[in-house]
Amino acid sequence: MFDQDVKYLKFKTLINTYCPHCHNSFNVEKKEEKSIIFKAKYKGQEIDLKLSPYLDVFDVETSVPVKEGDELDDVLCPKCNKSIINKTVKCGECGSKVGEVLISALSKLMPFYICTKFGCEWHGLTKADERKLKLKIPRQDMPEQDQKLRVSNYQEVPYGYTGELALLEAGRCLQCKDPQCVKGCPVNIDIPNFIALIAEEKFDAAAKKIKERNVLPSICGRVCPQEDQCEKYCIVGKKDKPVAIGRLERFVADYERKMDLVKVPIINKETGKRIAVIGSGPAGLTVAADMRQRGYGVTIFEALHETGGVLTYGIPEFRLPKSIVQFEINYLKNMGCRIETNHVIGPLLTIEELLENFDSVFIGVGAGLPVFMNIEGENLGNVFSANEYLTRMNLMKAYKFPEYDTPMPHGNKVAVIGGGNVAMDCARSAKRAGSDEVTIIYRRSRHELPARGEEVHHAGEEGIIFKLLNNPVKYIGTDNNRIKAIECIKMELGEPDKSGRRRPIPIEGSNFTVECDLAIVAIGNGPNPILFNSTPNLKLNKWGYIEVNPETNETSIKNVYAGGDIVTGSATVILAMGAGRIAANAMHKKLSSMKKK
Amino acid sequence: MFQIVRKQEMAKGTIIRFDISAPKIAKKVKPGQFIILRVNETGERIPLTVADKDSFAGIITIIFQVVGKTTALMRSLNTGDMIKDVVGPLGKAAEIEKTGTVVMVGGGTGVAILHHVAKAYHEAGNYVIGIIGAQNMDMLILENEMNNICDELIITTDDGSYGEQGFVTGPLKTYLQERYDIKLVYAIGPIIMMKNICKLTKKFKIPTIVSLNPIMIDGTGMCGGCRVKIGNETKFACVDGPDFDGHKVDYDELENRNSIYLKDEKDSLLFSIR
Repeated sequence: MFDQDVKYLKFKTLINTYCPHCHNSFNVEKKEEKSIIFKAKYKGQEIDLKLSPYLDVFDVETSVPVKEGDELDDVLCPKCNKSIINKTVKCGECGSKVGEVLISALSKLMPFYICTKFGCEWHGLTKADERKLKLKIPRQDMPEQDQKLRVSNYQEVPYGYTGELALLEAGRCLQCKDPQCVKGCPVNIDIPNFIALIAEEKFDAAAKKIKERNVLPSICGRVCPQEDQCEKYCIVGKKDKPVAIGRLERFVADYERKMDLVKVPIINKETGKRIAVIGSGPAGLTVAADMRQRGYGVTIFEALHETGGVLTYGIPEFRLPKSIVQFEINYLKNMGCRIETNHVIGPLLTIEELLENFDSVFIGVGAGLPVFMNIEGENLGNVFSANEYLTRMNLMKAYKFPEYDTPMPHGNKVAVIGGGNVAMDCARSAKRAGSDEVTIIYRRSRHELPARGEEVHHAGEEGIIFKLLNNPVKYIGTDNNRIKAIECIKMELGEPDKSGRRRPIPIEGSNFTVECDLAIVAIGNGPNPILFNSTPNLKLNKWGYIEVNPETNETSIKNVYAGGDIVTGSATVILAMGAGRIAANAMHKKLSSMKKK
Repeated sequence: MFQIVRKQEMAKGTIIRFDISAPKIAKKVKPGQFIILRVNETGERIPLTVADKDSFAGIITIIFQVVGKTTALMRSLNTGDMIKDVVGPLGKAAEIEKTGTVVMVGGGTGVAILHHVAKAYHEAGNYVIGIIGAQNMDMLILENEMNNICDELIITTDDGSYGEQGFVTGPLKTYLQERYDIKLVYAIGPIIMMKNICKLTKKFKIPTIVSLNPIMIDGTGMCGGCRVKIGNETKFACVDGPDFDGHKVDYDELENRNSIYLKDEKDSLLFSIR
């Protein structure tokens, strides 16, 4: 019984028990033998009662034999002779009266109950106390690569939880009846349940639980902005730091992969219908997996030579190892999805042509058109869009130049414009590429940085300089038209704008220059028109993104769906996946109600 | 994987022609459009304009000059070998209409691309005057092919070893002075050539289209590496081009941007030789 009540305590060591009245210890140590000694009253006579101090071993010894099933009349403290029976609490198992001792748990004294009936081994905490105790476990950090070491390699920074850390962290979850975290998750993962499975050391089952809702847990565990999603709503987070849901997700997904427990799910009977997915990023992969599992034939079209979309070309190796992305894509292949790389939909095949061969089309092409500020000198040599810089580094592996043929942009003093995850990725990549000084220039303050907290933290640790409340006005070039400095203007924060963030206002006459020989513009992406040029009847909104019915994600063209950044503008991996799920559900609903062709 | 079905060495092996089996691309590609290829796993992505196509046989033709690591690697491939990735067709197709008399000017390997466009102008019923140039006689390519589609063809070499001695701008100037019915000049070649041609045609107020070749990675509008200044606007050559109004192009900026990796290119070539 004990195991299920206070398992998360993981006390293999002995506990210290104290009298609730005189606070003297019940623990006795004689030579090697440790025990807890009480006085008890049984059938009118006073007896000695000896318990094992190890919580997971329930040994009882008495000076007089006690019959199984009998209750003790009373239990007393051997020091102050007062009764320790607590009349307000009953045994959780048999309803008999219980003795109360105090235990020292996580530097706090806490009542602990032991059933007085012989043969009943119930002992534990009340629910309320258990909750208090859980709140005392601090949020567990992931072990990480040393900061001095990691700036000279491209390996992943956090190593991830060990089993023990995961158990501790899982123990912090309160298992709320009305879990708020689930509401914060764009794909509504059953968070309390998967954490409960971790606490029971059923890591594999926990991974399968997540996969019911999320096909890419090892990716989401790494790149989701959990602090704005599930963890934002965590009840533990109201008083302490929230349960590290993302880290736990990552842990079980990695566990499943490393232990070779990933199994191809059962595919429903083939429907004979076919789906075309344009783009192999997070939105497309979700649609592909969902529809394949329902028995549809799925073909994914990818414009680049490598699958994964932003997961491959955008997010650096040290944040999301490419082997993991390829593993997840192989999983889709094993499910029976076809993948066609080097297919630019639009110029090579139009949506109209796809509709001739497929019953439904999903557009998940992302927002891949880099935005520039249109200021003087932006086309100087060594001024890059973040897309180009990251594509060179990640997709083309320019950091391995000349082993790989694509040259790497050089710079000793690097300036990155922007404050999002992409800006952090660029800055940290540049540091690893050997730059002496990397500066992030962002027009608002630290509080408004849109990047994940963890990325900002890591960037800071790695020595990235933050020049906040500054905005570039002009790039200054050398005689041979390479960048040598950026002229910036200082900003102050005004009233909040529509996005709720305080609007940055330039301070007149505060211009100054930042020296640099490489600048990376990471201020966002817009919709890429390459697909739309051949699809004039696809309705776009005023920002140039695809307009969809929010309930089904269907576009203005029948049987053509869209989701992810190409609908919402630059957002997150998990939101794209959520959008893919909506589209897949709607597609399935529509196609399954149609008669077979 | 895309198979090289025919390899032909031109200009003493410094210019190579590949016919590549790429049925889907061959079906769609139009004159002026380009492909991006990656030879092998460690290769870079390089853009090459399609010089010809055979939609029926599913073949596209590319012609390239050996200048760096990747093109040297490509020279070592033979008929039957595979190219890992070919993606396309990319870029906007050349806008071809019947306008009357057009002058098609090409220099160096630019002639390869010019040929595809000139053929389309010819087929559209235009009177095509061709001016093609090379460093010397050995470097001249596609003379016969151009002869077949041009109503007049002038050849220039820098050293005078064949045709007229001098640059393509010489005969072009003569034409512009002598003929009043020239509606359009289309120029493809080295940046300096296109720059000088545009200087000339601007004087004569003849619309001029140039095909630009900036550095690219993806070729789909994603990286922005190929940005060029056209008038006051920044355009992406891969999706907005590669053809632009030659009079608006900032050639100096293009030249600058194309020279960013000169040192790396040399390093890469040396590394591969070692």
